[in-house]
Amino acid sequence: MTKLDPVEALQAAFGNAIEDVATFRDETTIVVSGEQIVEVCRYCLQTEGLKYNFLSDVTGIDYYPEEPRFAVAYHLYSLLHNRSLRLKVYLPGDDPVVPSVTPVYPAANWFEREIYDLLGVTFTGHPDLRRILMPEDWDGHPLRKDYPLGYETVQFSFNFDEVDKHKPYAKK
Amino acid sequence: MTMQDETIWQGDIEKLKGLVSDRALAGETMVLNMGPQHPSTHGVLRLLLELDGEDIVSCVPDIGFLHTGIEKNMEAKRYEQSITMTDRMDYLNPLGNNLVYCLAMEKLIDLDVPPRAQYIRVLLAELTRINSHLVWLGTHALDIGAMSVFLYCFREREKILDIFEMVSGQRMMSTYFRPGGLWRDVPEEFEPAVRDFIAYFPAKIDDYEKLLTNNPIWLDRTQGIGYISAEDAIALGCTGPTLRGSGVNWDIRKALPYSSYDHFDFDVPLGVHGDVYDRYLVRMEEMRQSLRIVQQALDNLPGGPFRSQNRKYAPPPRSELGHSMEAVIHHFKLWTEGFRPPKGEVYVRVESPRGELGCFLASDGSPKPWRVHFRTPSFVHLSALPHMAKGHLIADLVGIIGSIDIVLGDCDR
Repeated sequence: MTKLDPVEALQAAFGNAIEDVATFRDETTIVVSGEQIVEVCRYCLQTEGLKYNFLSDVTGIDYYPEEPRFAVAYHLYSLLHNRSLRLKVYLPGDDPVVPSVTPVYPAANWFEREIYDLLGVTFTGHPDLRRILMPEDWDGHPLRKDYPLGYETVQFSFNFDEVDKHKPYAKK
Repeated sequence: MTMQDETIWQGDIEKLKGLVSDRALAGETMVLNMGPQHPSTHGVLRLLLELDGEDIVSCVPDIGFLHTGIEKNMEAKRYEQSITMTDRMDYLNPLGNNLVYCLAMEKLIDLDVPPRAQYIRVLLAELTRINSHLVWLGTHALDIGAMSVFLYCFREREKILDIFEMVSGQRMMSTYFRPGGLWRDVPEEFEPAVRDFIAYFPAKIDDYEKLLTNNPIWLDRTQGIGYISAEDAIALGCTGPTLRGSGVNWDIRKALPYSSYDHFDFDVPLGVHGDVYDRYLVRMEEMRQSLRIVQQALDNLPGGPFRSQNRKYAPPPRSELGHSMEAVIHHFKLWTEGFRPPKGEVYVRVESPRGELGCFLASDGSPKPWRVHFRTPSFVHLSALPHMAKGHLIADLVGIIGSIDIVLGDCDR
């Protein structure tokens, strides 16, 4: 079976939806517009010569304070042709919404929940979009760059009361 | 029931609505909470089970109890400082986690790794695989009721941990691999110790197999249980022995060789039926194949440096600090501000004992990583658990969880 070049094939099929192509350390990244991501994934999965049939990973990145602030990266792999491809979608900081690729790749289910939980990106059409790693009642999204890395002061006998005043339960 | 109890109960019903079927809400089926403190969940995993009699109607995993924010923490540390955090994700595969993170850094900065370091990395990664499979076999058998296998497995595991302690000073959290090579060269006692282990271990694998492989109770509890077809396994992202148990020949060590795995001769065992028993057979054979790789790596171990000579990224040896100003400068720069990889993003995958372990590393050109993400096999395999568990008895769920070999530290990170 002949291999197709993913960049040429996607540019021919989707035209303007392919926003950018970059290569770094032999890894090809194709930037896709958010609305088209499900169709692009379906094309990558089903087209003869591409057959990216395995979704390795989906991850989100926060480029704060740059705009567009968020990106979601999809790492596809083809078991047939033994090669991988990264698709990337950039999302605005004020309303990061992207369609879910779970109808095409069921493996994306938990990855998208993780991104929703830790970065606050909403995936429309996801079957079960709940928090996954953080508790259900958690405020905020910890992997965002404007979310501080918290720490707790160690409580010794000499500063016990001082530290105790700042504990979460003291606020009630 | 007091007022307060009633409100808690009502709240729970609301939460349950999206997770279980209407039959459960009407009281026809039973909703059972398994874990998070359950010995056979291999850590802190909570499963919400909907049961019709003893049959599982649906299974909803609830994870995150071991979430320690490792990815967030790594963004606040310099590249080489966070190697210690990778050990603590999958605590049965610490060297494999070091390896994937170091490979990602090396790919990002295009750093060379000398052949000696690559061979020692392969050797130790395979010993880690045997170590992890031993814990898996012991706990998996213990879950199904075979107590003695557990004790034998931990006896042999001790010998591997001794080797880790010999090379790195630590039994488990070794942090032995560094960008560009290793922390230090292996000591003289290393080779005889590994040779002893190679001579000692094959008979032990036969012993385990004598206890289990043809044991009628073991066969009853594992054959035809937790079936997953090859197509479903690929679609749900299964990798490693879970995928190969369904007969898909995909091993990253063969398909995308890293760290000179292409120099070694080994076979990839495959299952046929995709059930718990076939995954067991695959892992047993993997231990033998790992031993073959260890043997080859030891026989052909090249000499030469154990760390890259690129001083911008790998520290100079202590002996140079006394007489080379350059070495002092490099040492000072590396220890005060770290190294600065070029701007870019890479994704690296290795074959961990559990499956594909991936590391996504994004750099903005500063000494701290902009974003680190680990694609961990336990996370993905747990998301496939509801598919495998459906329709089985609740007693078999324990075997299915054991057969996908999850580590919750790996899953929650």
